[in-house]
Amino acid sequence: MRIRAQVAMVMNLDKCIGCHTCSVTCKQTWTNREGTEYVWFNNVETKPGIGYPKHYEDQDRWKGGWKLDGKGRLVLRGGGRVKRLSRIFANPDLPSIDDYYEPATFDKDILVNAPAGLKDTPVKQPYSALTGEPMAITWGANWEDSLGGDTFDQDPNLKNLTEKVTFEFEKTFMFHLPRICEHCLNPACVSACPSGAMYKREEDGIVLVDQDRCRGWRMCVSACPYKKVYVNHATGKAEKCTLCFPRIEAGQPTICSETCVGRLRYLGILWYDEDAVLAAASVGDEDLLDAQRAVFLDPFDETVQRAARDAGHPQEWIEAAQASPVWRLISEYRIALPLHPEYRTLPMVWYVPPLSPVLDAAGAAGRDDTNADDIFHTIDDLRIPVEYLASLFTAGDTAAAGGVLMKLAAMRAYMRARTLDGTVAQELLDGIGMTGEQVEAMYRLLAIAKYDERYVIPAAHRAQAAALDGLGGCSLDGEGGPGMGGSGAVPVTITTGRSR
Amino acid sequence: MSLDPGTAPLLGARRFLTRETVGDHGRTLHRVDDSEWDAFYRDRWRYDKVVRSTHGVNCTGSCSWNVFVKDGLITWEHQATDYPTTGPDTPDYEPRGCPRGASFSWYEYSPSRVRHPYLRGVLAEMFREARQRLGDPVAAWAEIVETPLKARAYKAQRGRGGFVRASWDEAIELMAAAHVYTVKAYGPDRVVGFSPIPAMSMASFAAGTRYHALLGGTLLSFYDWYADLPIASPQIWGDQTDVPEAGDWWNSTYLMMWGSNIPVTRTPDAHFLTEARYKGTKVVAVSPDYADNVKFADDWLAPHPGTDGALAMAMGHVILTEFFRDREVPYFTDYVRRYTDLPFLVTIVDGKADRFLTAADLGHEDGEHKTVLIDQAGDLRVPHGSLGYRYSEPGQWNLDLGDVVPALGIDSDEAIEIEMARFDIGDTEGGTTIRRGVPVRRVGEHLVTTVFDLVMAQYGVRRGDLPGDWPAGYDDADSPNTPAWQERITGVDAKLAARIGREFARNAERSNGRSMIVLGAGANQWFHSDMTYRAFISLVTLTGCQGVNGGGWAHYVGQEKARPITGQQHMSFAFDWQRPMRHQASTPFWYLHTDQWRYERVPADELASPLGSGRFKGMAFADTVAAAQRMGWSPGHPFFNRNPLDLAAEAAEAGKPVQQYVVESLRDGSLTPVAEDPDDPANFPRCLTLWRANLLGSSGKGNEYFMRHLLGVEGTATATECGAGERPRDVTWRDEAPVGKLDLLTTMDFRMTNTGLHSDLVLPAATWYEKHDISTTDMHPFVHAFSPAVPPPGDAHTDYDTFLALADKVSELAVVHLGTRTDVLAAPLQHDTPDELAMPGGRVRDWKFGECEPVPGRTMPKLIEIERDYTLIGRKMRTVGPLMEKLGTTTKAITVDVKAEVAYLKHQNGVIDGRPSLATADRMCEAILSFSGTTNGRVARAGFEELEKRTGRRFTDLIEGHETDRVTFQQTQEAPQPVFTSPEWSGSEKGGRRYSPFTINVERLKPWHTVTGRQHFFVEHDWVAELGEQLPAFRPPLNMARHFGRPGDAVDGGVTVRFLTPHAKWSIHSMYHDNELMLALSRGGPVIWMSVPDAAKIGVRDNEWIEAHNRNGVVVARAVVSHRMPEGTVFQYHSPERTVNVPKAEKSGRRGGYHNSMTRLLIKPTHLAGGHAQLTYAFNYYGPIGSQRDEITVIRRRTQEVEY
Repeated sequence: MRIRAQVAMVMNLDKCIGCHTCSVTCKQTWTNREGTEYVWFNNVETKPGIGYPKHYEDQDRWKGGWKLDGKGRLVLRGGGRVKRLSRIFANPDLPSIDDYYEPATFDKDILVNAPAGLKDTPVKQPYSALTGEPMAITWGANWEDSLGGDTFDQDPNLKNLTEKVTFEFEKTFMFHLPRICEHCLNPACVSACPSGAMYKREEDGIVLVDQDRCRGWRMCVSACPYKKVYVNHATGKAEKCTLCFPRIEAGQPTICSETCVGRLRYLGILWYDEDAVLAAASVGDEDLLDAQRAVFLDPFDETVQRAARDAGHPQEWIEAAQASPVWRLISEYRIALPLHPEYRTLPMVWYVPPLSPVLDAAGAAGRDDTNADDIFHTIDDLRIPVEYLASLFTAGDTAAAGGVLMKLAAMRAYMRARTLDGTVAQELLDGIGMTGEQVEAMYRLLAIAKYDERYVIPAAHRAQAAALDGLGGCSLDGEGGPGMGGSGAVPVTITTGRSR
Repeated sequence: MSLDPGTAPLLGARRFLTRETVGDHGRTLHRVDDSEWDAFYRDRWRYDKVVRSTHGVNCTGSCSWNVFVKDGLITWEHQATDYPTTGPDTPDYEPRGCPRGASFSWYEYSPSRVRHPYLRGVLAEMFREARQRLGDPVAAWAEIVETPLKARAYKAQRGRGGFVRASWDEAIELMAAAHVYTVKAYGPDRVVGFSPIPAMSMASFAAGTRYHALLGGTLLSFYDWYADLPIASPQIWGDQTDVPEAGDWWNSTYLMMWGSNIPVTRTPDAHFLTEARYKGTKVVAVSPDYADNVKFADDWLAPHPGTDGALAMAMGHVILTEFFRDREVPYFTDYVRRYTDLPFLVTIVDGKADRFLTAADLGHEDGEHKTVLIDQAGDLRVPHGSLGYRYSEPGQWNLDLGDVVPALGIDSDEAIEIEMARFDIGDTEGGTTIRRGVPVRRVGEHLVTTVFDLVMAQYGVRRGDLPGDWPAGYDDADSPNTPAWQERITGVDAKLAARIGREFARNAERSNGRSMIVLGAGANQWFHSDMTYRAFISLVTLTGCQGVNGGGWAHYVGQEKARPITGQQHMSFAFDWQRPMRHQASTPFWYLHTDQWRYERVPADELASPLGSGRFKGMAFADTVAAAQRMGWSPGHPFFNRNPLDLAAEAAEAGKPVQQYVVESLRDGSLTPVAEDPDDPANFPRCLTLWRANLLGSSGKGNEYFMRHLLGVEGTATATECGAGERPRDVTWRDEAPVGKLDLLTTMDFRMTNTGLHSDLVLPAATWYEKHDISTTDMHPFVHAFSPAVPPPGDAHTDYDTFLALADKVSELAVVHLGTRTDVLAAPLQHDTPDELAMPGGRVRDWKFGECEPVPGRTMPKLIEIERDYTLIGRKMRTVGPLMEKLGTTTKAITVDVKAEVAYLKHQNGVIDGRPSLATADRMCEAILSFSGTTNGRVARAGFEELEKRTGRRFTDLIEGHETDRVTFQQTQEAPQPVFTSPEWSGSEKGGRRYSPFTINVERLKPWHTVTGRQHFFVEHDWVAELGEQLPAFRPPLNMARHFGRPGDAVDGGVTVRFLTPHAKWSIHSMYHDNELMLALSRGGPVIWMSVPDAAKIGVRDNEWIEAHNRNGVVVARAVVSHRMPEGTVFQYHSPERTVNVPKAEKSGRRGGYHNSMTRLLIKPTHLAGGHAQLTYAFNYYGPIGSQRDEITVIRRRTQEVEY
């Protein structure tokens, strides 16, 4: 076991109101500058939809993430080293600006300085922020918002649905999907980078692009199946969500989390076993979810705590991992799920799927009217097909996706009985295999969700990073290490002389 | 489990790097940072300071923000998270904000930022020349505006570019000269100001309103004008709007979102909704489209737009049937007996309900406003709490019933059929009638029944063998108000409608009233929204939800509660120097002064019910406006067709008291009301000043008529004026319609809006990150501050400083031009004063037609003299005036002595001329906070003491523990401060309780401010009866096609659809529409959402250009085609303006319009009805709403080539 800490996030999509405040505060802080006009480290998509950039989930097209080859070995979908090196100057799997959108600017002072005698009021018209030429706006960062337009049926998650989804009034469904970099445990972008510019931070797992080392090969852009690495067209270098590391280091939540007015984001640390990552990424699709969950280490397990201590992690981190809302949502209540586990990158932003309780307006009429106290629909009536959620979050496992929805629905009914009558609905607890105490704790975490419970980020972060310096093992010292041609041991670390 | 070495990643190449580890099989590079390369990101995160401020935009957010400043520049903003907690078992208010607010800092350095005064070039030239030649700015202004060629020259250039920069001094001088000249030549009431929603920045609001008050100017209302005011609220409660804070949604166990798209329009509060679901709260959405909020709902009801009232009536039918007729629910019965007018007796005359029976009918002295009920023993009783007890009998104005147990219905063998209104069928908007029986009893000469009996009949709930036309059951689709009947109208499944109504009531029964309806603009801004709302509110009053935490109506449209309301009102309206000021209802004002009345094709009696007496026959809506003004119900400013500064002198010359002189002159016709001849040049509004407002880019219903008649520029309306037979009866028709009535349009703004583009003078304003102010809302219980993060750039000034400069300049020019004059105000009968007693029973008599004598303050407006020393306006602006000590403050009839607060302010703010200083905005904030009970415990305590005297009930314990506490401005800058319970509002917040309105009324038996003192189902007033609206009923949207013809399908190859303008996701009204972040996240300019079938009919694909037009104007936009839209309805989200990405229209050849290019005002006469009880006037409390939802348009695909 090689224990590592990861700062991870859970977003409760059942609470997401699709307001995009996260996108705006992130952009205002990080990418509001030349070269990153089209870049949204954080964006919010309307599902179903093709997203930003277009069709990013279609890995047949973009070749992002990992796959198992014929022999069951984990390979980058975009091909191995030789193949990618051969394409280094002409990457065919790279989205063009049109796949994102051509950013427009209206940045002219015509309203104030219009000449006299116009026939009409002056108006600001769109110009390309890239070329300065007049342009027509035909796509944007959020074109499909609230089900606008005609691209929904191209959503790849709809492909395998047994029941046909009709895009008709009163039968439709919708939810919002906020996305940032997944800060994966098995990041394809890092593996694909020819320059070694991309890395996972030792101390907290944040994936970063070293701007000094990036040579602009853009292999990371192709390799990331979430398309969350971008090219700054002014510098030619890759940029991506940094998980607001200057804030995380200070014990503050990311900007997207703190400004999330839907209060749906949770931040905390997880312990995981680095040695288990490859295996977890290499199981069959049907086992991916459980395998990924199994990589996380129980923060209450004494062996884990000892291992963490031995690895140089301070007590504060050990306690923070126990208080981690992310751990509780993923592993204790098991209601958070990874986005597209089949990409095999082991993403570290997980999602509570949307309950979206309403059934379609036309179908509600057929219910039994004899009991005015029986007010909730069963999850069989759900508007969102479970298969669709399974395609997004469980690599197709509908039982796993449905099980989460059962828990959320049961929690509501259980709490209604508590709130209105003060009774305990034991049959509901039995149905989901949770205790009343657990359900009420889950309810508090989801509903009352005070600031300090949503974000549990230990401070003293940088000092700890330094402490970890030198402790991390290097597997390249082993014979037959990949890419090494068996060239033998190399130094594990070189001390930098920075104070610890 | 292994990696194929041939396809392994490239990481091997990096093996010689330092301080790095490569994971098993070379997958992952781990590294400990050296803090070198990442300096860029670290530096980007660095900042010099953080300043707390907020956004003064007209939304209900009132979110506190941290504004980050680096190197003297504002970089970005994040939400503050330090709101005081709501307690351990409730979600907190942090964070509050939305993407629009988060993008605000973009404006700071935007190229459309107004940094200097801009003056229309042609006007600048003329003024500079005349000023130079004549040596006097007032004379210069007079020459320009009185020389038709010159006036025409600059007015015609409005909106056509050609601004030149003016110096600050020159701009202020021109504005002051125009105002001084107008005061002198036409009257101060021709100087008009408009600025909405004080709560969103009270000092900025106060600056301009105080200026207009001291000048004698006219201040226009906003809440009714925006159609945000729910007229039903004053009708039912005698209260403008009072609603639960968002945190109280959490206490609800059944939450209906009705026409309120909470995630989009209540963004910072939406989490209380999503979170309450986890506590077991059922959520229902009622929305015509699959709006963003629908996904949170357990059930979705999608009525056709504008038919919500029918759905609510059917739910009421189910509730009355199952919870009142079939079964008695003690909680409901007890509630309606105590807190509603249901047990009160109503007289029946000629087979129609007439008015409340009063003690006067029983022969009691002073009994005209004491309503009567029958107790369970069958005896007539006159309970306390009605209007007749309010002003004259100390200690008896309360809801304590003592030993009286009111009977809900008449227990009698006698029953008669009466006529009741229905509007769903019939040849006119007035519909027809249906006959249904009620049990009756005779009291003296009167035949009476109870309101409850009337309500049961109105809703069609059959009891026993009462005579009349009753529905056979829920599935009877022909008889009004059944579930099946509503299905025909709304399209909502009858069983579902019944089920939701039943669940709503059952939940209320189980939870003692914790069922709530959250209402929004979608249900509100219809012409007949008052009737729709009465149907909604009936649901929460019948089920005992109103005045209960977690229950009741929650109307969140445009009204942001100015929690420190007493200070805010007294300071804003200069009540410290003079009382009252000229408050004007905007809708009738603009209806007349933009000449929209000249295009009116709907006669007033079109709306009248067959139940009416025909009193509107031959009258136009303009006539109803004139009548309501001359009878003193609705304000008319300007009122007289002469300068009101001349009337006192004329009276003196005639040797008569002013009142007598004015009354005689009105009677003999030598003086006429402006409303009777609005197109007389003497009656034009001359100067209009807008601050914190975008009248011509957002709220101006009938935009193209504003353009033509008010401004004198071409509009795109194609409607024709009414012909000889369609013209008003009493209002003078002048053949030549005036063009360009306004002499000076001034806008103060920090960005260039459509209003700015059409203004003669644009003054640069400080932004919300550049000034001191305070903000509150109804959504949360806090007061917090605006603070300057950076100073205003260029010549930009805060609104506060701008109006001080203007007042100083006016005072300077006044030395020569104005001096001291006596002004005569015609003020309407005022709500929450004994004026409410003027018209017993709501009986209407018009002195103009000899139906009564013109008696000021009773049958006509009060006539009030105010002496104005125009040379002192600047000084008065800067100090708290002496009326505060002399008269104290009065809010909702509670007067408080505030000598202690004046003394405090002398120390806190310093003194000028021996008075407390108001020289700066932060001092104004301090004064507002000091004079208000919500922010000053001593004041709240004194107010409660006064209320105890009135009611004989106990209230002072509500402020216990806070009697000596106060909220200071400095505290609001440190963190949001919770307010105290105060008699200014109706809910208790004692002990950290969430605010819910009327909990004090319910728990402490304080009467509502209505004729019975209870919540009303029955509204008495002759004009209300004329429209058949005494009781809740469904009134459908206006049949625009019938009145104005279809805009034309065949001719234009278009499709005719309902044109709705809900509130937008990417803007707050017009604000943020032009913000590049919001443009990037939306479609980059104006769009119209339409359904897939409608798009198919005209061959339009997503994102293609379309045009919408009707008789009122043209709109060009991109289509957003979506299956979330219902067929037959399009949305243009509210206020896209027309400054960004709006090409020229094919139809008109002119710049495409914005959503209000499709609208024209219509007046609902019941909104003018006044002079009686809860229907007496107050500013932003009552008055015709500027509705816009009933409009239709034709949409067609246009050439895809566009020209800007």
